[in-house]
Amino acid sequence: MSPFLDALLLQAGYNAALVGIGAGLLGFAAGSSGTFLFLRKRALVSDAVAHATLPGVGLAFIVMVALGGDGRSLAGLLIGSAVTAWIGLMLIEWITRRTRLAEDAAIGAVLGVFFGLGIVLLTVIQTMSAGRQAGLEGFLLGSTAGMLFEDAIIIAVGGSVAVFATWLLRRPMTLVAFDPDYAAALGYDVRRIDLMMMGLAMAVTVIGLKLVGLILIVAMLIIPSVTARFWTERAHHVVWIAGGIGGVSGYVGAAISASAPSMPTGPVIVLVAAGAFAISLLFAPVRGVVASLLRHRRFQVRVHRRQGLLALAHQHPIREPFTLRLLAREGLVRADGVATQAGRAQAAKVSRDERRWAIAREIHQDAGLTGRYDGLTPIEEVFTADEIGEFDRRLGAPVGLGGGS
Amino acid sequence: MTPTPVTIAAEDGQARNPALPTPESALAMRGMTVSYGEKPAVFSVDATFPAGAMSAIIGPNGAGKSTLLKASLGVVPRLSGAVTVFGTPIEKARDRIAYVPQRASVDWDFPTTVIDVVQMGLYRKVGLLGRLSGAAAQQARTCLDRVGMADFADRQIGQLSGGQQQRVFLARALVQDADLYLLDEPFAGVDAATERAIIDVLKLLKSEGKSVVAVHHDLATARGYFDHVFLINVRRIAEGPVETTFTAENLNATYGGRLSATHVDELTLTGGAA
Repeated sequence: MSPFLDALLLQAGYNAALVGIGAGLLGFAAGSSGTFLFLRKRALVSDAVAHATLPGVGLAFIVMVALGGDGRSLAGLLIGSAVTAWIGLMLIEWITRRTRLAEDAAIGAVLGVFFGLGIVLLTVIQTMSAGRQAGLEGFLLGSTAGMLFEDAIIIAVGGSVAVFATWLLRRPMTLVAFDPDYAAALGYDVRRIDLMMMGLAMAVTVIGLKLVGLILIVAMLIIPSVTARFWTERAHHVVWIAGGIGGVSGYVGAAISASAPSMPTGPVIVLVAAGAFAISLLFAPVRGVVASLLRHRRFQVRVHRRQGLLALAHQHPIREPFTLRLLAREGLVRADGVATQAGRAQAAKVSRDERRWAIAREIHQDAGLTGRYDGLTPIEEVFTADEIGEFDRRLGAPVGLGGGS
Repeated sequence: MTPTPVTIAAEDGQARNPALPTPESALAMRGMTVSYGEKPAVFSVDATFPAGAMSAIIGPNGAGKSTLLKASLGVVPRLSGAVTVFGTPIEKARDRIAYVPQRASVDWDFPTTVIDVVQMGLYRKVGLLGRLSGAAAQQARTCLDRVGMADFADRQIGQLSGGQQQRVFLARALVQDADLYLLDEPFAGVDAATERAIIDVLKLLKSEGKSVVAVHHDLATARGYFDHVFLINVRRIAEGPVETTFTAENLNATYGGRLSATHVDELTLTGGAA
């Protein structure tokens, strides 16, 4: 079997299996809990929060060494990262609320300053005797080399808690993302719900730090929900589809990286997710680019056909080449633009439809039905045969319709 | 009932003994000031909106109409002021209020359907874990029907016209089954059929003994739609029954001469119609 299939079937060794399961769980947790950040349009806050974990990692290492410990205890490092990430988040909140700076400026400031501080701390640690082998750089882009069973447990437990909390808080979070003013009027504490949303993303960031790294974790929080949005029009479906996309991307990405020598896991996972995004962007049934191009094209054809036929009915010349081609293709005009027998019949029909609509709008003034007049919808789709008969009666003597129906 | 005298600085800076909020007032505010930055949008406003009536908040653009409503609900923070709903501090009366925000305040491309939006009005009642199917779903559909939108339940909200969106927001408020309905410009940018449908629903609410307070911008319809008006231009200009308060003099004071004399005459003369 190919190495990729081995990895996919968890047959590529203990470490690869741990990484695969861990990445799948992390992907699910990140995709689902990141959905509300996307819906609240605050995706980039999580990027700043992720970068703000770095000084925490460095400080935690220094403190643990100073206390005579090893310094590499994952739990300790993660607690440190959570502390500075929280401080970073609070700073963004505070700057946005208390100054005239907009949130994007606050994000930029916090991201840059915290990341810079973290890099300085990491450099300092490099020069410490105990720091030579610390391997803290792994937190930047993630590393799977030394993944332990306990690391997988941290991801599994932390991820489950994050998913459960996302499920539990889905209603208030949806409400705040959609209509914060209404949520406040109902008595929800919008600021606290925003913090919980961010806190969830932060928790996922911290548990994913070792596997994916702080630079790319934002992609795992956001790409799955952006992708899922193409496939559904309901927020709570977005959550679970995003979880699924994140989980599969994590698992498949980990298998790819395990099957090729020295492929970085985090970046490959992100690329797999990006592949799902690209496919959705292009081919999603309603919101995809191809679907909307086709829809637009069909609409264009309907408009040109109608305009062309009306022009024939009123014996105006058709100047648009596209309209001419369209009508010629249907055999409604000859190559020189003169209407054929079928063309004249169609034109009479369209023109009669217009006249019926004009009457309908006159006598049905207030009804919602006449609101459906858009110049394209045939009147038969809106009014009953009896009503149309009444319009025809008011139109006066039936017009010679030259084989019109 | 022994009224405890409460002293609050009124707009002229002098101490005043405010009328105590009576149960007859649906919504009352005392000494309300709201400020964006250091420019008050609403300054030391006292207002009383009677229960069981339809009241309008009227004033020119930027006069603080919407701000007054949002601040009383706590949607925007107030610098000072107390708000009571049926005589109870508003924080303790949330379940008696339904709010219809301005349509433009939300993103209509949000992934949600019409029925989902209406059910949002039930979130507070059913809590985090309560079921939204069964009776709750039925309730939501009934309210959609009341605004004539039952056929649109499963549409994505972005596919609706402006007037339809406004009706969905009204249905979301109706499903709360509140006693006081607060609406922010419910008729802004809607078609005539929707305006008719909304006013019919509001009048029905009034006939059921509910109270309605709406920010309203159309002077021509104010007299026909509302019983009580509150005129505001940062400060309170006048309030009272529409017959005695909605006068040329008060409107001129509110709009600061921005209304032409003929316009005002026309309003006052033809006001009774509509």
